[in-house]
Amino acid sequence: MSTANRETPPPAAGRAGMKKELPERFKHYRHVWVFIELERGQVHPVSFELLGEGRKLADKLGVELAGVVLGPPGEATWHAVAGAFAYGADLAYIIEDPLLAHYRNEPFTRAMTDLVNTYKPEILLLGATILGRDLAGSVATTLLTGLTADCTELDVDIDGSLAATRPTFGGSLLCTIYTLNYRPQMATVRPRVMAMPARTDKPVGRVIQHKLFMAEQDIVTKILGFLPDSQSAKANLAYADVVVAGGLGLGAVENLQLVKNLAAAIGAEYGCSRPLVQKGWMPADRQIGQTGKTIRPKLYIAAGISGAIQHRVGVEGADLIVAINTDPNAPIFDFAHVGIVTDAIRFLPALTEAFTRRLSPHNRDKLAS
Amino acid sequence: MHIVICIKQVPDSAQIRVHPVTNTIMRQGVPTIINPYDLFALEEALRLRDAHSGEVTVLTMGPPMAEDALRKALTYGADRAVLLTDRYFAGSDTLATSFALSQAIAKIGETFGKPDIVFAGKQTIDGDTAQVGPGIAKRLDLLQLTYVAKIASVDLESREITVERRSEGGMQMLKSKLPCLITILEGSNEIRRGTLDDALRAARSEIVKWSAAGAGIEDLSKCGLRGSPTVVKRVFAPAARAEKAAQIDVTDKTPRDLADELIAQIFTRQPALEHELAFDGEA
Ligand SMILES: Cc1cc2nc3c(=O)[nH]c(=O)nc-3n(C[C@H](O)[C@H](O)[C@H](O)COP(=O)(O)OP(=O)(O)OC[C@H]3O[C@@H](n4cnc5c(N)ncnc54)[C@H](O)[C@@H]3O)c2cc1C
Repeated sequence: MSTANRETPPPAAGRAGMKKELPERFKHYRHVWVFIELERGQVHPVSFELLGEGRKLADKLGVELAGVVLGPPGEATWHAVAGAFAYGADLAYIIEDPLLAHYRNEPFTRAMTDLVNTYKPEILLLGATILGRDLAGSVATTLLTGLTADCTELDVDIDGSLAATRPTFGGSLLCTIYTLNYRPQMATVRPRVMAMPARTDKPVGRVIQHKLFMAEQDIVTKILGFLPDSQSAKANLAYADVVVAGGLGLGAVENLQLVKNLAAAIGAEYGCSRPLVQKGWMPADRQIGQTGKTIRPKLYIAAGISGAIQHRVGVEGADLIVAINTDPNAPIFDFAHVGIVTDAIRFLPALTEAFTRRLSPHNRDKLAS
Repeated sequence: MHIVICIKQVPDSAQIRVHPVTNTIMRQGVPTIINPYDLFALEEALRLRDAHSGEVTVLTMGPPMAEDALRKALTYGADRAVLLTDRYFAGSDTLATSFALSQAIAKIGETFGKPDIVFAGKQTIDGDTAQVGPGIAKRLDLLQLTYVAKIASVDLESREITVERRSEGGMQMLKSKLPCLITILEGSNEIRRGTLDDALRAARSEIVKWSAAGAGIEDLSKCGLRGSPTVVKRVFAPAARAEKAAQIDVTDKTPRDLADELIAQIFTRQPALEHELAFDGEA
């Protein structure tokens, strides 16, 4: 996030003033690792976003960037390894084992802590997904090291330590956190907070294979089944190119249809601010913001949303933010790119119609000629 | 069955304001609440107790005033409350917090009977990390079931539990063993009102208060600031954007004119979008 205040920090006080004296046993910890989240054959895109960030950290530190792939024997796992190289990893640590076919805390925690204890990375990054959060907490506690959750910015300090910035106090403030005397320095980052790096054409790197020293009978938790979300109900907000969202300003649950109509007309996903979820007007997976989804669309249209800080942190990565609000002083106009002070209930149907006119196939052909 | 649930008293962050000049939090007068996510866990604990009989012990680590949160939990129907409070805990990060809470849970086990299930909130609204639950599980060597949407069954005879757990793209059905630690998804239930009896009992209840020593914690170096590997170096407000949104002049324009003008602006700023939208719209 580029919003970090770059002024000189205030003089360090208390614990912050503690001198960094890395214990001898941690001095050989090197390299930046990114956990490549693989579930049911798919790599979560957040892992590639983290490789982009990890690359910058590794370059600043002059060390290597590694992807950690834990998966079942087979093509999908090697596909994930190739993906890690394509997005910038120099090497990959891989554990291939049938016990890693589906996520369970026990074998994944064992696999990750074994790798860390064997190969000793100085930084370990994971996606703040359901899987990543479940795993990160167990791994950090097993290793008795620091873990900073939901970072919005990662950097390397002059002395080489990881400076992890995250929102605090319900998103009203940001804080920068260090893990001075322990290794690895662990952090999680939510999907879409970091930009997706470019894919390179040279998907090659070193592979270091390791074993999972576990058998099925060592694992207490058994998987009885898996119920995929029905495709129809699934919102892909985080990765949508265009998102239209409504807030409390829409006044009544019926008016959400105006948002859905606009979204349908331009092939966008729709979402909402938190109070609408609390009122039961929209399901929780449509909520955008600090406690909802982080989005990074090319275009974000917010109708009747005030722009509270908790909403702002979820949409700041959008390329173009358009705000429709009746209150010219609404905070959303402080971070939107284009503002329009008008009644969204009257304006949304007109906007839908105008888009439809402009984007009709006939019209498009005319534009092309 | 004995269930322990960890809750946290948090400032109602919707009401927190940042001082415009000093960038510090203005906490005066900000009301405190039980972390909303913990209420779903509390309700689930109470339901299990009602179905299987037993006791629910609610535990919090915090300043003396956190007693209010415990009393509130008692009015919902919890049977016993334990407050872990000591200045040695000040400044705990998630690792130090999970240490202190796990020690207190061990002491609760010795004093009131071993828990079959430990509940924790999915995350807090002030820290937001979702790390304390998994931390406690690891410290106590409990199996961990996070993001549980539904507890399908608990069998106290065979010590088995089956749950539906949210995962990327679907629900996992898991079978595991007791004792375990569970965090519950928001919206999986609705917190009860609590009966008049509960309210009367809550008012009269003696809250168990333990200092670090009282909870049997010998190694204070694992608590509070000293036990926290992470260090907060700097707290600051997000920088304001340099310029405000370019406002479209709305005077004397019909919604139709306004819409055309807005679309023109959008495509001027994002020319590539025009083609993408057109194709999307057709697909
Ligand atoms: C811990 C915590 C986490 C939170 N997480 C999130 C989160 O993830 N996401 C989130 O969104 N919020 C979150 N919130 C809530 C957030 O603080 C705000 O309360 C919320 O974003 C406000 O939603 P809103 O803008 O829809 O409603 P309001 O603040 O009520 O704003 C409505 C706006 O609509 C405008 N309006 C009214 N009528 C019209 C009309 N006819 N046409 C156009 N405009 C109109 C008004 O001028 C006003 O600006 C969180 C809060 C807390 C405490």
